[in-house]
Parts: sequence; structure tokens; C-alpha cells
Amino acid sequence: MRLKINGRQEEVVADKLSVVELLKAKDVEMPDMVSVQLNGEILERAAFENTTVKEDDEVEFLYFMGGGRQEVR
Amino acid sequence: MITLPQRILDEIATQAAEEAPNEACGYLAGRDGAAVERYAMTNADASPEHFSFVPHEQFAALKRAREADLELIAVYHSHPETPARMSAEDIRLANDPSTVYLIYSVPERRIRGFTVTREKEVREHDVRVALDDRNTAQLTG
Repeated sequence: MRLKINGRQEEVVADKLSVVELLKAKDVEMPDMVSVQLNGEILERAAFENTTVKEDDEVEFLYFMGGGRQEVR
Repeated sequence: MITLPQRILDEIATQAAEEAPNEACGYLAGRDGAAVERYAMTNADASPEHFSFVPHEQFAALKRAREADLELIAVYHSHPETPARMSAEDIRLANDPSTVYLIYSVPERRIRGFTVTREKEVREHDVRVALDDRNTAQLTG
């Protein structure tokens, strides 16, 4: 199926794909550390497993960005 | 290497001062390792010791960069009281091996860049500040 992923048209060899499966296909090893927007709506992480993407969907994903002060190196 | 216009470095310094004692953060957008725009982000943690981005602001920044034919090439945050080094928490939460993590130290008035591999290996990434079209100053090391 054809998807728009992070602004680019891509062909994915699958008829049905969960968000988790799509992230794995895009080499995202830690789906818990990304935010996903599907057709303009931000998904809750708990919904990644049960949300499927379909032909012509627009998917954006960005890594969680954060940090903090602990011991330095 | 990543190149910043002096203007952007000044903006980061100003944002860091204004948001102190909390950490300040944002994205840099550009192309081919040259930063063109800065997108200040809200520190959702509003903390002197932590920062995190707000997802809807992240997606807005991505859209804005794309509309300007730019890419998000770096993430920056300030250390209000500590040196420009990756903390253990910074490394733990550095999940994107393709971006450059910039840290601006308020007391040092210095910015440094790092990349972090999936195996959490930290590598220094050169940062150059473009003073004008003919001259650059290296602020790393």
C-alpha cells in the first residue's frame, strides 16, 4: 500500500499494518520513545498496537526529546 | 560538523537566560549541516534539571521546517548551572542517532554538539559559528 511517511510517499509491502509494525519496518527500535501523528491526529502510545494504517494514510513520527541533569561525563 | 549563524547562537543564549533557572530547549532546522532557523520549544517539565518537548509542538516544528524546505537537524537544550556535557540522563534519553544534540552551558557561555549511537556511544560533533560569510569560529573542544 501507499503511505505518506514523514512527508514522503512510500510503498509499503503490506495490506494491513499496525503502527507498531510500521515503526519496526522503519527501523524504530523503541516505539515507546516516539510520538506518532496519523492523519493529523497524535496517537496515544497505548493505541500503537491496535491502530492500523491504510492506503493513503499520512504518518509522521518523531522521537521523544528530553534530558536531564544527573552525573556528567 | 554543524554550522550555526551567530544570530542563532545569540538567540539560544538569550532563550537560556530568559528561561533560567529552568532548562530551555528547541530544534534547529537547516540543510546540509547548516542551521537556518531556530524553533524554541516549551520545556514541558519546566524544570532546572529536566526538559522534554511537547509532542504537538514537535510536529508543528516538523511541518514548519518542511514548508521551508528544511530538515530538523539538531536539538538543543541549556544547562543553566552545569557544563556543556551530556549528562547520564541526556544520554539515556537520546533516542535519535541521526540528530545532533547541542548543549548550551549558561555559566560557560559555550555550546557543544554530540551524537549518540543506538549503543549509547557519545561522540563529539563539531560546532562552528558563522560570524559572517567568510569567517567561522570553532567553539568546541
